[in-house]
Amino acid sequence: MPISLPWSNKLAGAQRGEDRLDSGLNGLDQRDHPGSAVRILQDGGQAQPILSLRGITKRFQDLVANDNIDLDIYGGEVHAVLGENGAGKSTLMKVIYGVHQPDGGEIRFNGEDAHIRSPRDSRDLGIGMVFQNFALIPALTVTENVALFLPDQGLVLSRPDLVRRIRQVSDRYNLHVSPSARISDLSMGERQKVELIKLIMAHAQVLILDEPTSVLAPHEVDGLFEVFDELRRDGYAIVFITHKIREVLSSADRITVLRRGAVVTNRSSQGITGDDLVSLMMGIDIVEVPPRAHIQSHIAYDSKKLAYQRDARHFGSVAAIEFKDVSTSEADDPRGLHGVSFSVMPGQMLGVAGISGNGQQELGETLMGMVKNTGGTISIGGDDVKGWPVSKILEAGVSYVTEDPITMAMVPEMRVDENLVLGELASYSNGRVWLDIGAIREKIAAALSGFPLQLAAHDMQVAKLSGGNVQKVSLAREMELTRQAASDPKVLMAYYPTRGLDVVTAETTRRLMMDYRDRGGAIVLVSEDLDELLALSDHMVVMFQGNIVGAFPTEAASVQEIGMLMTGQNA
Amino acid sequence: MQYPISMQQAQGFAINLTGRPIVRSLFAIVFAFVVFAIFIVIIGRDPVEIYTKMFSGTLGSKVGLSEVGVRMIPFVLTALAASIPARVGLINVGGEGQLYIGAWAATGVALYIDFGTIWLMLPAMAVGGFLGGAIWGGIAIFLRHWRNVNEVISTLLSNYVAILFVNVFVFGAWKNPTGFGYPYTSNFGVEAILPAIASTRLHLGLVLPVIGIIATYLFLSRTRWGANMRAVGGNPDAARRRGIPVLRYIIFAMLVGGGLAGLAGMSEVSGIQHHLRPGISNNLGYMGFLASWMANHNPIAIVGTSFLVAAIVVGGDVLQFSGNLPSAAMLILIGLVLFSVLGFRRLESKAQ
Repeated sequence: MPISLPWSNKLAGAQRGEDRLDSGLNGLDQRDHPGSAVRILQDGGQAQPILSLRGITKRFQDLVANDNIDLDIYGGEVHAVLGENGAGKSTLMKVIYGVHQPDGGEIRFNGEDAHIRSPRDSRDLGIGMVFQNFALIPALTVTENVALFLPDQGLVLSRPDLVRRIRQVSDRYNLHVSPSARISDLSMGERQKVELIKLIMAHAQVLILDEPTSVLAPHEVDGLFEVFDELRRDGYAIVFITHKIREVLSSADRITVLRRGAVVTNRSSQGITGDDLVSLMMGIDIVEVPPRAHIQSHIAYDSKKLAYQRDARHFGSVAAIEFKDVSTSEADDPRGLHGVSFSVMPGQMLGVAGISGNGQQELGETLMGMVKNTGGTISIGGDDVKGWPVSKILEAGVSYVTEDPITMAMVPEMRVDENLVLGELASYSNGRVWLDIGAIREKIAAALSGFPLQLAAHDMQVAKLSGGNVQKVSLAREMELTRQAASDPKVLMAYYPTRGLDVVTAETTRRLMMDYRDRGGAIVLVSEDLDELLALSDHMVVMFQGNIVGAFPTEAASVQEIGMLMTGQNA
Repeated sequence: MQYPISMQQAQGFAINLTGRPIVRSLFAIVFAFVVFAIFIVIIGRDPVEIYTKMFSGTLGSKVGLSEVGVRMIPFVLTALAASIPARVGLINVGGEGQLYIGAWAATGVALYIDFGTIWLMLPAMAVGGFLGGAIWGGIAIFLRHWRNVNEVISTLLSNYVAILFVNVFVFGAWKNPTGFGYPYTSNFGVEAILPAIASTRLHLGLVLPVIGIIATYLFLSRTRWGANMRAVGGNPDAARRRGIPVLRYIIFAMLVGGGLAGLAGMSEVSGIQHHLRPGISNNLGYMGFLASWMANHNPIAIVGTSFLVAAIVVGGDVLQFSGNLPSAAMLILIGLVLFSVLGFRRLESKAQ
């Protein structure tokens, strides 16, 4: 039997009128509260979901981001959506919020067909979303931002009334911010509170939060979960995306795990363990996982003092690249590096595992000087690079396959050949100012004659290439042209080098990296593909929140252990 | 990632100037003239008569043509002053002020240094004008890089400062003692005057934009510094990661841009006015800015757009003299052309 919730959309107007006759709940203005003490549970604990997804499928060209997903969201529960990067979490939330239109499947809201064509539609239904980077206007105050978001404001704003309502909401849900504060003066945690206040005041019943803890310091995370508790008590449905298992265990009532766009599990959080969740996320069978003591029994590691001397072979005893206690941000800022130390000897490959956004990108950016380190030292071949211009770091033989080549390392409106020699025109034109284009092209062709990857036509504009073809241009430049310029391979920072490549090209790229290493190059390989890391690297480190939380020789690694470390489970 | 409109055009080792943008721009210009014709009809005039007069007064006669040429000289230079900084992602609205300071510096050379010969005097004035404009533009870069002031604001506002700065001199120390109190400097000596060409008002300053266009084109498309500069404009982060000294290119582009606007000022005082006075520039800097945007900052296309803007301005003067329309009406037409050209370009890039 379907029950009609007090805030059920059709009844909302009438309900609000009635509510005003009530004495009010804890003095809260009824306009800002969806209804008093909601009982959604029926006999046997079965209830009607507020939001119900059936067979949702979303494709982006060849990529199936969401594959036939079923999901039920109930009022009065905190629902965690867990998965690795690229598992389809964000896409699914954007489908619910109307940012993306699904290619198949249906969404029901309070038992009725919901046609969500835009975020506006979903807001009208009562679905609100807090994006990772927020949707606030920094120059305006909290009150002004709230006023802009509310649908039921008249032409003239009653500021005192609005301030009073903001205070009520923030008192009730522990969302304390000053209504007159300017957003630009607020911390990330406070901005998140403003977003929640906005949604509550706009009568959202389903609150979707995209990685809400990624911008929070550890003590703020606990505060957020307390807010969740309050909201849950009043019948709100909270959906949050995360890849941190600890948070799921400490706050969620229900858990949905996505893997490669499909639902792997959808269950209550009762009785589930971190190990179970890691296995589900990484797609490994729990039975086959070796005991956790495995790694420790083989090698004792100290994450601050890592030495990779094992395979030094004949390439010398000076580390090709070394980070010593490198920090890029304050201790209470979850972003950036916090005292990262590692070194890679010539002829070795270090695999960096971790969910993206845990400081991996800062490794390369700090090395290149794009991000300044506030503490610690970085050395190349034993020389401290402090104060070096980028050109000197490149001359020392550093190659950098960036995370997103087209925005980070290419000029999109320039041609393939121009991008291949980007920044190196002085040597390609033999020091002459006047360019001999024919000669440069011949030089490129000669330099790439032994390069196994097939590049797009050299007179194509890079902006018109597919992602895979851009990646190949990046690989050609960094792994072949730069290596030749340095005569010996020195240091390669490789971010997701096989991303966007077909199977054969990806395999060729891996062979190129092995070759680079075997000729004495040091490689830092950052990848989301654990199989790739395990297959290629000599040593591995796991990064979590700007720290190296685990380091071990690859043969001692277990997927289970890495998964635990990646998701913030203390090993 | 969002790139400025100016940078969406394909750029090769050679600057791309294929047929399609030309056809599209011509179409946009015709469109603007049609819209303007509707305006003319609304105010009760005959658009055919007005356009005929405009044409015969500009392109239809030797005098008209030479006037268009006279106007083109500063327009091309100030257009380059906007387009070269635009290549590294800067928006230089300060052509007007840089022109004034260039005129001031050239005047200073002409009045206070005695070279005795035109062969030394004119180059010295040109160098002075260039340096004056370059330094004035350089202030904006200093503010931008070390004080985080947006260069659009600083260049725009420095125009007003420049105009008043020049006034300080022409109303004060540099005022012609025999000028009956008028705020003019003394007239230049004959060696400080750009000679006229073929007994028209067209003067030898014509070589400045010609050299400017050719040099800019060759620099951007054929030198490695030019290629690096385009890389800086296309994606400054990528350029930095590849070891290109981004700041150096930004400073260079702004100094050259400011210098070219300064040359326009030198050419105006030396070729047309023969002394310095307030209001030497009738929005020359802003018109050049518009011409540069219409041309998508392409140095070759700037020749065409400067010609168009010059023709419209001269046509406006003709109409003013004959009492058909106030010359300010031509600002409307120029505005329409600009919006139309930019609008059609946007449509096309969206359609792709």
